[in-house]
Amino acid sequence: MSVADNQAAAGRGSAQAVAVLSAIGRFLAIAVTTYLGLLAVTFFIGRVIPIDPVLAVLGDRAPTAVVERTRREMGLDLPLIEQFYIYVKSALSGDFGTSVLTTNPVMADIRRVFPATLELATLGTIIGAVIGVPLGVLAAVKRGSFIDQIVRIIGLIGYSVPIFWLGLLGLVLFYAKLQWVAFPARLDVVYEYTFTPITGFYLLDAAMQGQWDVFYDAFRHIILPAALLGYFSLAYISRMTRSFMLNELTQEYIVAARAKGLSETRIIWGHALRNAAVPMVTVIALSYAGLLEGSVLTETVFSWPGIGLYITNSLQNADMNAVLGGTIVIGSVFIAINLFSDLLYRVLDPRTKAR
Amino acid sequence: MSTLLDVEDLRVTYPTRTGVIEAVRGVSFQLGRERLGIVGESGSGKSQTGRAIMGLTPPQAQVSAKKLAFDGIDLMAASPRERRALRGNRIAMILQDPKYSLDPVMSIGRQIVETLRAHERVSKAEARERALAMLEAVQIRDPARVFDLHPHEVSGGMGQRAMIAMMLIAGPELMIADEPTSALDVTVQLDVLKILDKLVAERGMGLIFISHDLRLVSSFCDRVIVMYAGKVVEQIKASELRNAQHPYTLGLLDCMPRIDADRHPLPVLDRKPEWAA
Ligand SMILES: Nc1ncnc2c1ncn2[C@@H]1O[C@H](COP(=O)(O)OP(=O)(O)OP(=O)(O)O)[C@@H](O)[C@H]1O
Ligand SMILES: [Mg+2]
Repeated sequence: MSVADNQAAAGRGSAQAVAVLSAIGRFLAIAVTTYLGLLAVTFFIGRVIPIDPVLAVLGDRAPTAVVERTRREMGLDLPLIEQFYIYVKSALSGDFGTSVLTTNPVMADIRRVFPATLELATLGTIIGAVIGVPLGVLAAVKRGSFIDQIVRIIGLIGYSVPIFWLGLLGLVLFYAKLQWVAFPARLDVVYEYTFTPITGFYLLDAAMQGQWDVFYDAFRHIILPAALLGYFSLAYISRMTRSFMLNELTQEYIVAARAKGLSETRIIWGHALRNAAVPMVTVIALSYAGLLEGSVLTETVFSWPGIGLYITNSLQNADMNAVLGGTIVIGSVFIAINLFSDLLYRVLDPRTKAR
Repeated sequence: MSTLLDVEDLRVTYPTRTGVIEAVRGVSFQLGRERLGIVGESGSGKSQTGRAIMGLTPPQAQVSAKKLAFDGIDLMAASPRERRALRGNRIAMILQDPKYSLDPVMSIGRQIVETLRAHERVSKAEARERALAMLEAVQIRDPARVFDLHPHEVSGGMGQRAMIAMMLIAGPELMIADEPTSALDVTVQLDVLKILDKLVAERGMGLIFISHDLRLVSSFCDRVIVMYAGKVVEQIKASELRNAQHPYTLGLLDCMPRIDADRHPLPVLDRKPEWAA
């Protein structure tokens, strides 16, 4: 390489660095704006609901003087804009106040319950992607075949059957009748008190500590709800994979790949799926976010001590700090998943790099 | 002249709900290590002829022929596996538009290497070396840089040269070029054609050159086949084109613009149903 070439290469390198930096900057800007919007919405909800936060803490028989003092202590006498400022400041430092129901700081509660939700949704998404993507590919390649019909039926059930109904059905069959899986909870009671989680992902924690009996027990508890979520995720992912693949398989570069004499396996998995993977990233991220969002239903059916159940319980007890804190955390994870999928999209599609 | 490709009564039909579409209706020709042009208007079956020879018609297409032989190999009797082994290796094809016919998410170098490794057992390093040499052969000045680029990062002319490199790297004996320059800017069309011409001559390959452009074909090929509605209406040496007999060929010739004469009104191509019969 000549000197000029080297300089050109260096120039391209730094131009690329600038592009990456500006992309990251834009991501951060989007993240911050979305997050502020989320805070504004939750703040607003907290003000308009007909629950007086002071009375929720003190009960409705407290003397007026105490009520007034507490109101001042909670900063509720300040102008709204100032209240919002304080709200944002404490939310940014992870302070969502204290839960009336559990008397713990809301953040501490969330730290305990959120990993349960994440573990379930992650496992569900892994099941959905690992089975759904190949199934969708096969359905597209063998269009109109038996496997294509299967994918269609799976998708139909996934769209039309409510998750709690299928969940109850699963419990009746696999827990009550067949006794293949454990009862609705995260662990057997025996382990609840002997097992100390590290990350809060029980499967991971048990494996890291070499406690294989705990691992097995956690697995028996999580498998049914995870399989259920996996099913819904699979139904969506396989149908989307199928349609993306059908689109890719009609492209000219597939004809060119055949003209090169490549094997069908290589054409399908190496070229068509590699191209379909670009939009699939968004689909899988959406499905993951959907499982988090749907956690309220699943966790109720399976008594899964996650954030969905936490929010439901708090809501029933007018524990607004907990409800809003939980909402903000779920919203933040939403934002994070979206940003991450956007980034991955850019990595997978070289055409987006230049921009 | 030894025969490389022998086509006799090639037919391609598509059964549809409303009847059978006959895309190619009994095409016959022989090809040695020479350059054969196929011209004809849009929809006359040029591409379908090329794809049938490659074995790349879609599954719903029905291909039949009294004879379809490449270098003595009966292609009609060959298994899909045998045909795949021929593709890219002994018979290759260049598609029209590099913007669509190169995989957008794979680097150009890897796409070239891929052809080679589908047919030969070569090490990664050797495959890379040969791909770089091939890029140089299609007159890409900075092969090492282009090797790592993605299709969207190169111009149309560069993309089509990469396509030629990708299709020539395994050393095929027959090349089917389906309008290889129609999608390119006029300023680079000639460059790409010259490169193709040179490589075909150097390697002693047979070439089927498909085009709309009778003038281009006649200047570039040894022999010309004129197709109309799925049939060959005339087969003639390029040098004898001005002695063409068929009214359709004459019509095509007459349609070509001339610099020396003012042409008003512009001639309209005649089409008679009896030519398609
Ligand atoms: N998949 C298909 N199903 C039905 N008919 C088809 C299909 N593919 C091609 N045909 C028909 O085959 C005929 C010939 O098509 P072909 O692509 O060979 O034309 P062509 O001469 O290459 O035209 P062009 O110059 O526009 O490329 C067309 O009339 C078209 O209707
Ligand atoms: Mg064509």
